[in-house]
Amino acid sequence: MAERTAALPKIRIRGLTKSFGSNHVLSGLDLDIADAESVVVIGGSGTGKSVLIKTVTGLMDADSGAVEIDGTDVLSLPASERRAMMNRFGLLFQAGALFDSLSVLDNVAFGLVEAQSIPRKQAHEIALDFMAQVGLEPDVGAMYPGEISTGMRKRAALARTIATRPEVVFFDEPTTGLDPIMGDIIDELIVKCVEEFKITALTITHDMDSARRIGNRIAMLYDGKIIWQGPTAEIDTSGNPYVHQFINGLEEGPIELVTSRA
Amino acid sequence: MNFLAAIGRTFLGFLAATGRLAVFTGITISHCVRPPIYWRLLGRQLVDIGYYSLPVVGLTTLFSGMVLALQSYTGFSRFNAESAIATVVVLSMTRELGPVLAGLMVAGRIGASMAAEIGTMRVTEQVDALTTLSTSPYKYLVVPRVLAGIISLPFLVLIGDIIGVFGGYLVGVNKLGFNAGSYLKSTFDFLETQDVVSGLVKAAVFGFLIALMGCYHGYHSGRGAQGVGRATTNAVVSASILILISNYLITELFFAR
Repeated sequence: MAERTAALPKIRIRGLTKSFGSNHVLSGLDLDIADAESVVVIGGSGTGKSVLIKTVTGLMDADSGAVEIDGTDVLSLPASERRAMMNRFGLLFQAGALFDSLSVLDNVAFGLVEAQSIPRKQAHEIALDFMAQVGLEPDVGAMYPGEISTGMRKRAALARTIATRPEVVFFDEPTTGLDPIMGDIIDELIVKCVEEFKITALTITHDMDSARRIGNRIAMLYDGKIIWQGPTAEIDTSGNPYVHQFINGLEEGPIELVTSRA
Repeated sequence: MNFLAAIGRTFLGFLAATGRLAVFTGITISHCVRPPIYWRLLGRQLVDIGYYSLPVVGLTTLFSGMVLALQSYTGFSRFNAESAIATVVVLSMTRELGPVLAGLMVAGRIGASMAAEIGTMRVTEQVDALTTLSTSPYKYLVVPRVLAGIISLPFLVLIGDIIGVFGGYLVGVNKLGFNAGSYLKSTFDFLETQDVVSGLVKAAVFGFLIALMGCYHGYHSGRGAQGVGRATTNAVVSASILILISNYLITELFFAR
């Protein structure tokens, strides 16, 4: 762990700010993630977790700050180089975001065909391998996203995300909308994929069970900044009143209920 | 003071929306002329816009041609100019009614469905998913629709013109007692290439506007079902208005003396 933090982090976020009018969602956020490390950012609804992922991945423009991947600031890159950088990222969306008009197999193979120009037939073979990795039978490939369950959609979305073998994967609330058993299964799949493919992972969630299962390290986002971070094992003894209130779901404490959302 | 502020806000909002649309149009056109083009998606859109719009365009132009013959007869018979009916029908259909009616019908059918589909994709993060999979949403979603609109509308209008003229012929020959041969002769005697070409140019422009409005409003759709619903309405209304405005401008361009 000490070696990791001493080396150049895979992701280095410095002074990231994003506002919507007078609502300052991110106010100078700093975070380092080492290579092949899995960091979970926790925080209440409306604290800017999704905005963090969207600004880091370039889906939303940040107001200021830097997001360095292997030392290169992606926010200041020209559009073409930024697109090339996107090839190294994967993002598992909260609701999966599978393309309704494509079969599950075409969804999983999408990045291989479009981003990596692999012939469709070969891409389908690779996609079937990844579907098997996440526990989807080959016959599911012929179905459409609207015909399968939420859990299966999440698995298919995970297969699509990792099929292109990204170096960095962002997981947006991976267990939201799933029952506890399916949530546990998805978490295990994420851990398995992260370890097997040596992926650097940034997950945002407010599900503490999921955070404990997925993360090597947990960071808490509050008021637009990371107010605490540390190894997962230390979160119960963090000594931080905000963390204590959040992880125990206490009504009383320093955290103010967020009533407006970006 | 509040009244002035409201006017200012509306005006600034209008300027911002115009700027957004101009940027969207610029990016779309630049992607239309740069590879790669998704031919498979373009083919699918051609079928959706062109083939599946044929019944509605055919029925609209058929009955418009029939009504036009009837109405012209009512008016022209008052000063013994019944022989001009065939010419009036063919010129009205090719120059104006064919492209405008087809454009408005396709705007209602296709513009709405484009806005709804892309708007839903926006709301469910499928548009963002395209970006994260290194695929430009413009190239994948917008360009095939816009190109298909430009290509298929002229064909629809050409077929609509023929059906509309046929509608006039049916009424002229079967109800108004015209001789079939002389009706057809009158139809083609005064028809010039420019009449048809101007209609087809209009159709291509309308196809571009319908697809552009459908994609633009879908792409910038608000959150939730209400946002998608509003995008759909805005797509149809804005496309219809732009069709009528551009129709005048193109007519002025072709026929102003």
